[in-house]
Amino acid sequence: MKNYKTIILSNQEISPGYYRMRLLTPGFSETARPGQFLMMRVQQSLPPLLRRPFGIFRTGFLPADCEGMPPKEYTEILYKVVGRGTNIMADLHRGDKVEVLGPLGRGFDVGDPSEEKILVGGGIGLVPLYMLAESLASRCKVRLLMGGRTRDDILAVTEFERLGVETYVSTDDGSLGEEGLVTRVLERKLDKYPRSSVYACGPMPMLEAVYRICHRRQVPLQVSLEALMACGVGACLGCVVKGVGHTEDAPRYLCTCKQGPVFRAEQLDWSRLGEEPGYCEGCKS
Amino acid sequence: MSNGCPNLTVDLGGLVLKNPVMPASGTFGYGEEYAPFLDLNRLGAVVTKGLSLKPKAGNPTPRIAETISGMLNAIGLQNVGVDDFIKFKLPFLREFTTPVIVNFFGNTLEEYGEVAARLSDIPEVTAVELNISCPNVKKGGIVFGTDPKAAHEAVSTVRKQLNKHLMVKLTPNVTDITVIARAVEEAGADSISCINTITGMAVDIKTRRPRLANRTGGLSGPAIRPVALRMVHQVVQAVKIPVIGVGGIVRPMDALEFLIVGAKAVQVGTANFVDPASMITIIEGIEQFLLEEGLSDINQLIGSLEL
Ligand SMILES: Cc1cc2nc3c(=O)[nH]c(=O)nc-3n(C[C@H](O)[C@H](O)[C@H](O)COP(=O)(O)OP(=O)(O)OC[C@H]3O[C@@H](n4cnc5c(N)ncnc54)[C@H](O)[C@@H]3O)c2cc1C
Ligand SMILES: Cc1cc2nc3c(=O)[nH]c(=O)nc-3n(C[C@H](O)[C@H](O)[C@H](O)COP(=O)(O)O)c2cc1C
Ligand code: FES
Repeated sequence: MKNYKTIILSNQEISPGYYRMRLLTPGFSETARPGQFLMMRVQQSLPPLLRRPFGIFRTGFLPADCEGMPPKEYTEILYKVVGRGTNIMADLHRGDKVEVLGPLGRGFDVGDPSEEKILVGGGIGLVPLYMLAESLASRCKVRLLMGGRTRDDILAVTEFERLGVETYVSTDDGSLGEEGLVTRVLERKLDKYPRSSVYACGPMPMLEAVYRICHRRQVPLQVSLEALMACGVGACLGCVVKGVGHTEDAPRYLCTCKQGPVFRAEQLDWSRLGEEPGYCEGCKS
Repeated sequence: MSNGCPNLTVDLGGLVLKNPVMPASGTFGYGEEYAPFLDLNRLGAVVTKGLSLKPKAGNPTPRIAETISGMLNAIGLQNVGVDDFIKFKLPFLREFTTPVIVNFFGNTLEEYGEVAARLSDIPEVTAVELNISCPNVKKGGIVFGTDPKAAHEAVSTVRKQLNKHLMVKLTPNVTDITVIARAVEEAGADSISCINTITGMAVDIKTRRPRLANRTGGLSGPAIRPVALRMVHQVVQAVKIPVIGVGGIVRPMDALEFLIVGAKAVQVGTANFVDPASMITIIEGIEQFLLEEGLSDINQLIGSLEL
């Protein structure tokens, strides 16, 4: 965990409204675990006041510029342009300075390598699944089910394929892959591979549907959640979600930034997760 | 200024700090959350998240909303309670040489007294900061921080139970803050910190619902700095005890403004979220400014406002 005052190595639009940003982050890859995130200060001046949370898509090394120089260590994020902060980010270029705090939060538990894994990504929810796939692909069978509204919302699938992951794409409008919801694909795959464990990240309604499917079949599920965050380190208590057994009289809140963002499904109070009013735009995508 | 290092030590009426910069309660957790990002030994003091007698779960979500140059929060004072704080959180802070100031609040006078009594026995707690600005309502509908009589009562109750430095934190949500300031001074406060957050609201225009589940919340951050500065200026004129300035401090120059109007120290809140090292930058910036101005001691700057 560190605050990196760093520079952007590249920032490109990879699909309409979606960007991929590569940041110089020496030392980051040794500590970053699948499912962790970072908090980015999008510009030095204010506003926007608060940092924005983004999942860590991957880390890696660039070949050294010249002999004797150490290779450059980088971190990549994928982001969707939704509001003030991400609009500013979309205008940043190679060489621009940004600050990132990370890696933060608890990542995925990679679990038993003898079990098959199904990863379910909805839109930008695909982000935290790549490093997970990377760490699993050599040890067990990994299948990625990727859902989006249209073909524009399907990201980076070929990169998963390069890891040896079997990928299935579905879109609501049928513009790419199978027409329909990704949860329908999930049910079919679980019929065929019932002993898989499931890892999911995406909009809340999708996660709820995934939860219901996995719960009914008694399949282990881990989900990565989004919440409004101010600090990202457990200091403000702004990012809490309702834990299992939560009642008005005995509230049980879990801190998304510190105890999450990845939770085992049985830690959460699913009956109430969808009730949050005016939650956030990104979650409705 | 012989060795070129100006003196940053301030004396808050017996509570001596190596420099005047500390976190604002509720924005620095219990200290451990930010320890990976900055050296707690460099701070003037550590101020912890507000405690109550019993653990408190806080408000429903959404609890935060960003606004122009500020944020609204309605955390609802979620905390582990005074006993678990002493058992599980305080040992971590013992490892540092920095004084620990523990912020707390009560729902009733009895609770204020009880929490104060428990903290009184703990040697690692250097001072306490009494939050009378919380929106909790005493029997009879009087809010402690907005009624001078109730404020006086709360502070005297705590004073009787406490053998440590007593800092009292004021709410800005009043017509005349100097009336409350005088009441708490008279009741035995050793210092005053001001201000707490300003009640505000934000609405999602698409859903037409409040952006906070609690409907309203406390505004903090740069947006409130001019209001905080005005109130600190007023309180400094109204009382003899030291005043600690809080509200929207982000850069060294913001802290300097508060010191010039007469605050003996400052607290940095929301800025910690934006940059965990902001308090270190502020300490270094104050030092640099004193050097540039040819001042050997920060106390030459404090209260140097020209009117
Ligand atoms: C742990 C975590 C990981 C995330 N990973 C990614 C990712 O990999 N890629 C990606 O595109 N998005 C991700 N998000 C969502 C992303 O943080 C928001 O889309 C982004 O903050 C929006 O900022 P904005 O200024 O453009 O939007 P605005 O609507 O202008 O933001 C206003 C405020 O709301 C907050 N906010 C808005 N939407 C969200 C949201 N969905 N979740 C949390 N806070 C929000 C902002 O941070 C800001 O404080 C993640 C969120 C979390 C909590
Ligand atoms: C998330 C959050 C939690 C807070 N919790 C407390 C608290 O527990 N006790 C308290 O006295 N003040 C609390 N405050 C108020 C701050 O200590 C401070 O007075 C206020 O934020 C103004 O300073 P700032 O603009 O530098 O943030 C809280 C503020 C924020 C933003
Ligand atoms: S974002 Fe501050 S506690 Fe989680």
